[in-house]
Amino acid sequence: MARTCRRCRATDVVIELRRHNASFCKECFRHHVREQVRRAIDDFDMLVPGERVLVAVSGGKDSLALWDILLDLGYEADGLYLGLGIGEYSDSSGEATRTFAARRQARLVEIDLPTDHGFDIPTAAAVTKRVPCSACGLSKRHLFNSAARDGGYAVVATGHNLDDEAAVLLGNVLRWDADYLGRQQPVLPATDGFVRKVKPLVRLDEREMAAYCVLSGIDYIVEECPNAVGNKHLGYKEALNVIEDQSPGSKNSFYFGFLARAADRFNQDTAADQGALVACASCGSPTTGTVCAFCKLVEKVVQV
Amino acid sequence: MKVLLRNPRRDLEIEGPKRVSALLSELGVRRESVLVIRGDTLVPHDGLLQDDDQVEIRPVISGGA
Ligand code: SF4
Ligand SMILES: [Zn+2]
Ligand SMILES: [Zn+2]
Repeated sequence: MARTCRRCRATDVVIELRRHNASFCKECFRHHVREQVRRAIDDFDMLVPGERVLVAVSGGKDSLALWDILLDLGYEADGLYLGLGIGEYSDSSGEATRTFAARRQARLVEIDLPTDHGFDIPTAAAVTKRVPCSACGLSKRHLFNSAARDGGYAVVATGHNLDDEAAVLLGNVLRWDADYLGRQQPVLPATDGFVRKVKPLVRLDEREMAAYCVLSGIDYIVEECPNAVGNKHLGYKEALNVIEDQSPGSKNSFYFGFLARAADRFNQDTAADQGALVACASCGSPTTGTVCAFCKLVEKVVQV
Repeated sequence: MKVLLRNPRRDLEIEGPKRVSALLSELGVRRESVLVIRGDTLVPHDGLLQDDDQVEIRPVISGGA
């Protein structure tokens, strides 16, 4: 590999990207990352210039980098942090998020599950007798959407990167889950009561995101949520990385090949699957039942 | 050199000078799953680490769903 920066030919290379067969100096690498985000936004019509965006931030590398890049690209991007009440992890991730927001003078909206809704994720997991990620995922989906609607944002952006999407795709393919395959898109358009959801980092992998943070002075939390250890999603990522090691670019062609040549075939399954939506009797969010899944969870968990 | 590993956090003392590539294979770490950080910047795969360097080998794979 040439030992000069692909873009400016400088010799102070800080990273090589095998997938792109390229090396970059610090500033050109940061430029490369921004360009990948700009391209994803353009290619998939994710955002309208000047649109107010709510960025779901966790204090980890992906979401903080995403927020940073959207601000640099000139979007009016506010952050939304959800306190999950997961001990030390929640304390330090909240801290990292607040520090970042203050440094960028960006607006941060905070929702704290224990304070605002009367429960935390460990309790929800114990009461429902399911893995913590199940109550956690449900709460995130619900609260990101309702916070966006209440705050007048048309769109929520999340920090899912290429590794996340390829791992989810692998899981869906292993089960031939037609319903999920039909919905696995980098943009989910707004529907009744649901704001648009976009994933502007799909053209970037995890190593690029971590590198972007280090080179941009973004202090993210490296320690994982304790519940992530050993989950299936991680196993799929590792399996894909073994393949990627042998043939760089595999993850990219797996995911983007799916979007270009296969995703359409699953859309009908998804359309047929959706029942009619009504407003949740308790919170007004769209649901197929009388009360939405989040309100059911709150009801179950808070009265114990 | 002082090498900091994460998750779990531990410190190693390794003799330099040494290339990043050699250090990673010695530790059995896949190059695409980590960053090698020195100060506020990254050291590429063929970069040379000196005996008095302090580096961090930071995993980049996260498991959040
Ligand atoms: S690992 Fe599970 S519990 Fe932890 S933040 Fe992610 S979804 Fe929530
Ligand atoms: Zn350059
Ligand atoms: Zn509800």
